[in-house]
Amino acid sequence: MEGKKKSKRGTLILTIFLAIIFLLPFYIVLTNSFKTQKGIFLNVTGLPFGKFFTLENYVNAFKELDFVHSFFNSLLITIVSTVLIVIFSSMAAWMLVRTKSKLSSFLYFLFAAAMLIPFQSVMLPLINLMGRIGFLNRGGLIFMYVGFGASLSIMLYHGFIKSIPVELEEAATIDGCNKFQIFWYIIFPMLKPITVTVSILNAMWIWNDFLLPQLVINRPESHTIPLKMFYFFGQHSKQWHLALAGLVIGMIPIIIFYILAQKHIIKGVTKGSIK
Amino acid sequence: MKNSKGWFWIFVGPVLLAFVIVVIVPMITGIYYSFTDWNGIGNDANWVGLKNYTKIFTEDKDFLNAFLFTAKFALVSLITINVIGFGLALLMTKDFKLTNFFRSIFFMPNMIGGLILGFVWQFIFTKGFDSLGKLLNWSFLRGWLADPTTGFWGLVILMSWQMSGYMMVIYIAAIENIPESSLEAAKIDGANAWQRLRYIIMPLVAPAFTVGLFLTLSNSFKLYDQNLSLTAGGPHNSTQMLAMNIYNTAFKFNKLGLAQAKAVIFLITVAVITLTQIYYSKRREVEM
Repeated sequence: MEGKKKSKRGTLILTIFLAIIFLLPFYIVLTNSFKTQKGIFLNVTGLPFGKFFTLENYVNAFKELDFVHSFFNSLLITIVSTVLIVIFSSMAAWMLVRTKSKLSSFLYFLFAAAMLIPFQSVMLPLINLMGRIGFLNRGGLIFMYVGFGASLSIMLYHGFIKSIPVELEEAATIDGCNKFQIFWYIIFPMLKPITVTVSILNAMWIWNDFLLPQLVINRPESHTIPLKMFYFFGQHSKQWHLALAGLVIGMIPIIIFYILAQKHIIKGVTKGSIK
Repeated sequence: MKNSKGWFWIFVGPVLLAFVIVVIVPMITGIYYSFTDWNGIGNDANWVGLKNYTKIFTEDKDFLNAFLFTAKFALVSLITINVIGFGLALLMTKDFKLTNFFRSIFFMPNMIGGLILGFVWQFIFTKGFDSLGKLLNWSFLRGWLADPTTGFWGLVILMSWQMSGYMMVIYIAAIENIPESSLEAAKIDGANAWQRLRYIIMPLVAPAFTVGLFLTLSNSFKLYDQNLSLTAGGPHNSTQMLAMNIYNTAFKFNKLGLAQAKAVIFLITVAVITLTQIYYSKRREVEM
């Protein structure tokens, strides 16, 4: 018994040690973001006290990042894309599961196989095509997210819907419901657990995505947070006091979201990867 | 029921349209462009046959370097991420208080985008390591990211820190699925902790290893954001990975045809490697 207790304490100490290592980068960035430029130059490891303490970094970074704007751009793009992905992927997946035909299985195979295609291998022709039809910036970006998000989302919905008995729908058909009514009143509410997973996976990806917005958004007023961060950082690469405050500001929304929804997020990630 | 064809297209059509325009059409036209001298200015692209491909294999040293750097990085980070992730999962499935709290901490880096994380670590490697090196008088902590070696390990450390929490979550789910009874039985039969890990936990977790290896491998090969924000490929393109090489060929040098040929090679590489890995892991799952 004594030995077991000891090993338990050992496990706990090891875990705490590892947790500190994992948090250390955040700690270093946070503490230094409150220092003046000279304060960082003189001492990175210390706490921001005395004459080296400042809040001005935050005021300036907030302004330069045009944070209110870029935050709402990110939010708008993430929410609209995720909602559209959820609606259209669940509809398609249901139809693909319930239709037994060669076309249906071929389309499912096509969506699944496309998971292997890296974004970089299609980005040049894609941007060229979208540029030619004049469908860039926020609208075009959202459209492209629906296309890229389709594969994983349809696979997740497909797997889930297969386990729902078809009898329910048959009863509704006899009662005179059309496909739309059956899907939205009977099926979609039952998909809630997998909808949470699909939403979280897509929202995390879209919120943090950098390369696609960089290629697609050419108006500064439509910049998302990662995009603004990139240009902001380019301008202040030697001014760490500003850059660090900007990084903290950029991380705050997603960390708040994580604290609020972490249970769903971790569950969603688990389900999304088992597939 | 008469109109079932119509319903099929109403439900499948919208997402299929986006998917075809965004993925399938660029994929096919991309293969065509890889055989042309497309330069992005105007729309004319002249057929040049295999010229882009021969150029890549015979003249383009940077691409070869990027390829080797990426492969080396993928292999090393594959090991570190999965070993750390599996280790954390073993720790987090021992029952003690606060495991949920610790799990959240280990997973947290995944929430933040690669671009921001790369900048965070750029500060830590260049400023943090430097002042720690001064403090402790350890010379190896100084000058990080200024040469290819520290640039390589910097990237490995960053990605291990970011992704091992993700792998942990996957492995925890697999470990928790192991029936308590089989571990108890092994214990009664006198199997020690190592034997239980090797002969019971590992084989039963094997399917999760397939997933974990797939995710880390494909992720490493496609890495761009962290590469850009941590080292931007420098010094002298020595830490440039495949995705960045393609991007630069296209947008810095305006050789879109050449870049697209690289993109096709990239696509084939990623597909072959991940499919091979899945095939072998699946076979091992059965053997284990």
